[in-house]
Amino acid sequence: MRVAIVDHPLDPTALLAEVADVATGASTLFVGTVRRTNLGRPVTGIDYSAYAPMAEREMATICKEAMAQFATDRIVVEHRVGTLALGEASIVIAVAHERRAAAMDAQRYVIEEIKKRVPVWKREHYADGTREWVDNLGGSVPAEVAP
Amino acid sequence: MTPSSVTHRVLLFASWSDALGPQVEVELPVGASVADLLASLSARTDGRPLPKPVVALNQRYARPADVIAAGDEVAIIPPVAGG
Repeated sequence: MRVAIVDHPLDPTALLAEVADVATGASTLFVGTVRRTNLGRPVTGIDYSAYAPMAEREMATICKEAMAQFATDRIVVEHRVGTLALGEASIVIAVAHERRAAAMDAQRYVIEEIKKRVPVWKREHYADGTREWVDNLGGSVPAEVAP
Repeated sequence: MTPSSVTHRVLLFASWSDALGPQVEVELPVGASVADLLASLSARTDGRPLPKPVVALNQRYARPADVIAAGDEVAIIPPVAGG
């Protein structure tokens, strides 16, 4: 297992190669990229920022939960920060497992939990020149700390 | 003599960093909680609408009633948007 916040372009195939092994029959690769619209507004780019040490700690916690639940330690996650253009990858998750269902379930778990819990923020740039911070959860807070 | 207050250095991110800067110092009574910190910080925002944050102590999410100790790494975590 390896997680990292990085400030350079991501290389999905390198992460796939990192997890793949002759012992595993299934590898999955998730690549999150900058989309050209959000909630109907044309997007031209995104600034990503992170509380890097906590983000890495939280991503590692999530991966350990996935490892325990789905029985694989072959999980690698890299999340990029900085200014990204349309189509550029912001996150790559590679998982390998003996079985495809577990590989896909583990990957789904990791991305969904990252979106809820990891202290990373994005500010979208819109075609009209404005910029706004985006909120994955519609203003709610992580359930484990909700008052 | 035991000090009655502690100055905490607080890290801020995203919209909260835009409003107050990446780091602020907050003086709180000894034994103050996360909720006390949020109340004190909210008083500095001059009514600007900022999303409700949570607090991390030593890089772990904290609850409103958790007490902040001197030397804790304190961070304001606005709604996250990773992925």
